[in-house]
Amino acid sequence: MITKTVSNVQEACEGIQDRMTFMLGGFGLSGIPENCIAELVRRNVKGVTCISNNAGVDDFGLGLLLQKKQIKKMISSYVGENAEFERQMLSGELEVDLIPQGTLAQRCLAAQSGIPAFFTPAGYGTEVAEGKEVREFNGKMHIMERAFKADFAFVKAWKGDTAGNLIFKGTARNFNPNMCGAATITVAEVEELVPAGTLDPNQVHIPGIFVQRIFQGTAYEKRIEQLTVRKRG
Amino acid sequence: MGLDKNQIAQRIAKEVKSGYYVNLGIGIPTLVANFVRDDIEVEFQSENGILGMGPFPFEGEEDPDLINAGKQTITALPGASFFDSATSFSMIRGQHVDLTILGAMEVSQNGDIANWKIPGKMVKGMGGAMDLVASAENIIVAMMHTNRAGESKLLKTCSLPLTGVHCVKKVVTDLAVMEIRDNAFHLLERAPGVSVEFIKNATEGDLIVAGDIPEMQF
Repeated sequence: MITKTVSNVQEACEGIQDRMTFMLGGFGLSGIPENCIAELVRRNVKGVTCISNNAGVDDFGLGLLLQKKQIKKMISSYVGENAEFERQMLSGELEVDLIPQGTLAQRCLAAQSGIPAFFTPAGYGTEVAEGKEVREFNGKMHIMERAFKADFAFVKAWKGDTAGNLIFKGTARNFNPNMCGAATITVAEVEELVPAGTLDPNQVHIPGIFVQRIFQGTAYEKRIEQLTVRKRG
Repeated sequence: MGLDKNQIAQRIAKEVKSGYYVNLGIGIPTLVANFVRDDIEVEFQSENGILGMGPFPFEGEEDPDLINAGKQTITALPGASFFDSATSFSMIRGQHVDLTILGAMEVSQNGDIANWKIPGKMVKGMGGAMDLVASAENIIVAMMHTNRAGESKLLKTCSLPLTGVHCVKKVVTDLAVMEIRDNAFHLLERAPGVSVEFIKNATEGDLIVAGDIPEMQF
């Protein structure tokens, strides 16, 4: 067995530098790598590019990096929940590349699986297609999109083992599995780290080969963005 | 006069057939789930990674690891499944999802839709809307017929940045049900008590009226 365990988030983030490109898992605030984000804030790394479906909220998630003006560029599909984001974007402080959500996921998957580019119909005829190669397949127009290139991928899983195998929970799975192995170094933080041999191999979502560093996360806040409930009876 | 948002959703629910996998957008489309008859076998997909989405949880049973694409807490019904984002959009791009219902700021008579950006004013992003409209065979737009300023949202040509081209087949508004084909809106049904003349005046694009137009049934 090859061991991927590191002792804490500081060790997991070893090698991080200014101006790097990071992938961060999560949808809204669900399944975000809370420990790694806190470490990026603590290290005060600057001028970074973040590939993440959303940009957090003003005081949590990637919003924490935005507050400290650590992010140079965001690549996302939806950023509607963050007023500071909107302010920095409209003032020109923050570079933003908004791309379709399925394209974002597939560009991660392409990077993970060694596919340099692919064609998708999403965005054809819109400003997303500007400057991109267009081709017709089966009578339908498609645009060419490229695999991402990133230095670090930060993902959050429910359970993981010392070999780097990961299991996700509910809709906290989202972009996390697609980002594993899609960057030079993939860091996985987990709610429960167990010895190799403990997880049922049939239940593993992401094999450890896609993960370079894994650590036991701490103090998860797991904030709910939109609490919607119904009354009993 | 005209329908409220729940009534629009109620009318659209009639378009949901047994055996359908359905993706519901944020806003009026989310309400459609409340009006689908119990004897219709349907599964709702939310593009953040669930098939078989159920109603909101009971108070105290909410789970931060179980949300929909609107970031609302939800539940999973028996037979539900969870998956990653790439798999979710394989379902959408691969046309495994049978029906997409979404909102819009503008729709044009050639089926173009704009719903993600008002330059200089609102920049939230397209989320999954561009993937959905580019691939779905069956797209219904749920929206109000006019905007807050009273201007028609059914246009000859969209003025806002597009989300997709030649993709919308049907529009249900507070005033009417319309089909889009041959570069025109074809009036199929009108809201109870709303005249054809009134709908015509609220529609900037070409509206084709053939024969008597029935009132919507719920």
